[in-house]
Amino acid sequence: MTTAAAVTEGTDSPFALSHLDALESEAVHIFREVAGEFERPVILFSGGKDSILMLHLALKAFAPAAVPFSLLHVDTGHNFPEVLAYRDRVVAEHGLRLHVASVQEYIDAGKLRERPDGLRNPLQTVPLTEGIQQHRFDAVFGGGRRDEEKARAKERVFSLRDEFSQWDPRRQRPELWQLYNGRHAPGEHVRVFPLSNWTELDVWQYIERERIELPEIYFAHERDVFKRSGMWLTPGEWGGPKGDESVETRLVRYRTVGDMSCTGAVDSDATTLEAVITEIAASRLTERGATRADDKMSEAAMEDRKREGYF
Amino acid sequence: MTSPTDQLADQLSATTLLRFATAGSVDDGKSTLVGRLLHDSKSIFTDQLEAVAQASLGRGQETPDLALLTDGLRAEREQGITIDVAYRYFATPRRRFILADTPGHVQYTRNMVTGASTAELAVVLVDARNGVVEQTRRHAAVAALLRVPHVVLAVNKMDLVDYAEPVFAAIAEEFTAYAASLGVPEITAIPISALAGDNVVEPSAHMDWYGGPTVLEHLETVPASHDLTACKARFPVQYVIRPQTAEHPDYRGYAGQIASGALRVGEAVTVLPSGRTSTIAGIDVLGQSADIAWAPQSVTVRLADDLDISRGDLIAPTAHAPVPTQDVLATVCHVADSALVVGQRVLLKHTTRTVKAIVKDIPSRLTLDDLSQHPDPGQLVANDIGRVVVRTAEPLALDAYADSRRTGSFLLIDPADGTTLAAGMAGDAFAVTAEHVAAAAETAPDDAGWDF
Repeated sequence: MTTAAAVTEGTDSPFALSHLDALESEAVHIFREVAGEFERPVILFSGGKDSILMLHLALKAFAPAAVPFSLLHVDTGHNFPEVLAYRDRVVAEHGLRLHVASVQEYIDAGKLRERPDGLRNPLQTVPLTEGIQQHRFDAVFGGGRRDEEKARAKERVFSLRDEFSQWDPRRQRPELWQLYNGRHAPGEHVRVFPLSNWTELDVWQYIERERIELPEIYFAHERDVFKRSGMWLTPGEWGGPKGDESVETRLVRYRTVGDMSCTGAVDSDATTLEAVITEIAASRLTERGATRADDKMSEAAMEDRKREGYF
Repeated sequence: MTSPTDQLADQLSATTLLRFATAGSVDDGKSTLVGRLLHDSKSIFTDQLEAVAQASLGRGQETPDLALLTDGLRAEREQGITIDVAYRYFATPRRRFILADTPGHVQYTRNMVTGASTAELAVVLVDARNGVVEQTRRHAAVAALLRVPHVVLAVNKMDLVDYAEPVFAAIAEEFTAYAASLGVPEITAIPISALAGDNVVEPSAHMDWYGGPTVLEHLETVPASHDLTACKARFPVQYVIRPQTAEHPDYRGYAGQIASGALRVGEAVTVLPSGRTSTIAGIDVLGQSADIAWAPQSVTVRLADDLDISRGDLIAPTAHAPVPTQDVLATVCHVADSALVVGQRVLLKHTTRTVKAIVKDIPSRLTLDDLSQHPDPGQLVANDIGRVVVRTAEPLALDAYADSRRTGSFLLIDPADGTTLAAGMAGDAFAVTAEHVAAAAETAPDDAGWDF
């Protein structure tokens, strides 16, 4: 009979890095490449765990000096107050410079129109791309991971965008060795994804290892929610509940942090990082599948938005 | 089916990371193999399967088309082919994996080069009914050229040849002789049926004659990193860290990722290309002070002397420093749509250093099918692999690619628009020359040491 007896154990060299150390080292390398080659880089910072992780890695990459990048937050106007408070606390603590591109200001100025479904995530693209043009950012760090979505699985670590911020998946530069090519013409910029090779579980395990503080909505808490399209949403002036949607109090937490209109909470009693990791490892749903309405709009929703300039 | 708790223990206990690439011709069943690895390692989530089922129904297909899981772009779904490299992630109790899923079309050789450049292992798929074909030789040659340390030959569709050992043995022997003659250091041949699941994750009940590991067992146990004591240390300076704060008025650290080997405090080092020397005064591994650090750690190195060092310089042990050169002889894979011609002015990016360069000569173009060299092709077009001679404006501390994939590799870039033109590997193309290959093929014995 065929057996597994031929397999030898323990063949890794004592110099092998743990998977978290390998991912950390790679991400730090990417941050330093950008610092070395670009004039005006910026980190997209939403107060969500991926952007918090990016900032943590950037702080490590340049210590004991300051992070040589500013932050850009695309504020949908429907943010969780806890997350905005966290954002402002972190910015003050590390002496960072924060730029805010506001969807609400665009709507108020008549430059964007509210969608009939009330979703604001798709409206972020214009303030984001105009913010990049206005500040002449030439490298924009995003916390996107390739495990999130199949269009993202095709995204490069250094992803060239044209003067309209557009992504053309058929015209991507090959990504060879660790030699990232960041050359770009004036007006073009490069989106940089230092967490490309991380999975959701890696992110959480690293957050636990490094004891990184997160906004409290990532942990289980009592919250008033109502159900829409199969997701638990937080009521608010953004547009809910409506009609026969009824509010109830549940023990929930968030797996992703985004716009209130399209980010759903999950039932959970995980109040610690350890419990969150246990819950995620056992989940049969991806984080976006579980909690993001905007990705479900069509089979190619992410690809289409990325083409337009979204992350 | 494992329970969620078992699976949790599995995923959390995996500690090392293996990067590998798959290569196969269009109908060799590569998508099925990838699907099987992801599916049987429980890496496909319910919502992803539901999305695939929905999309399949929408096209009038009754069963979910698993190719939709991996073909992420509109154009790919429309044409039913894989256009570009995609990266996928899965974990088992023993290890985490990053899979570079590369397309098999002939015109996408550059994509296999891309996938193989960061891979520690390449899986080359062969259809058991067809045996070793041109495309197989091409994939083996690319793996050899890129110096991928481990190559797996997966002889697929064994269910269609009655799981017959002689069929497998003949293919394995032919492939191994060919790949070994190219200098591929380790080749493992595994008979599989990706569709039926034989020897992919679970051992096959149909092939008692095979005593080796399944594909997954092999992926889990192959060494993911190599003994670094044998490699010379190389440290390309990425960025100079100078806080100039009250707390750190005199701190001057050279930040970078160790490309190969290990660095030790107290070691005598030379800075290239200037040739100035100093001693390592301290090593900071992302906030932790250390006496020794090794590849691929990202660290900050402090030197005993205040030298003029900036991004693009290379720090190496004085005893084993490379000799800087302005004349680079290399093999390149041309990856751009426009041709590379003799006399062309380019930029060359090597580690953290980008310099002006000119293509002085293109002495030959390689035919991957038979490894013959066509002299003086005049130009290289997309997917061509050829020898080039490049003269650089400034000296480069370049190693042979055979000695270091990190410090022996470079990009050629179009200075006009920044397009990546070619992937370069310094020094000899293959560990063994093409003439040697021809000789080896003639003298290969019939019973070339296969022992199942």
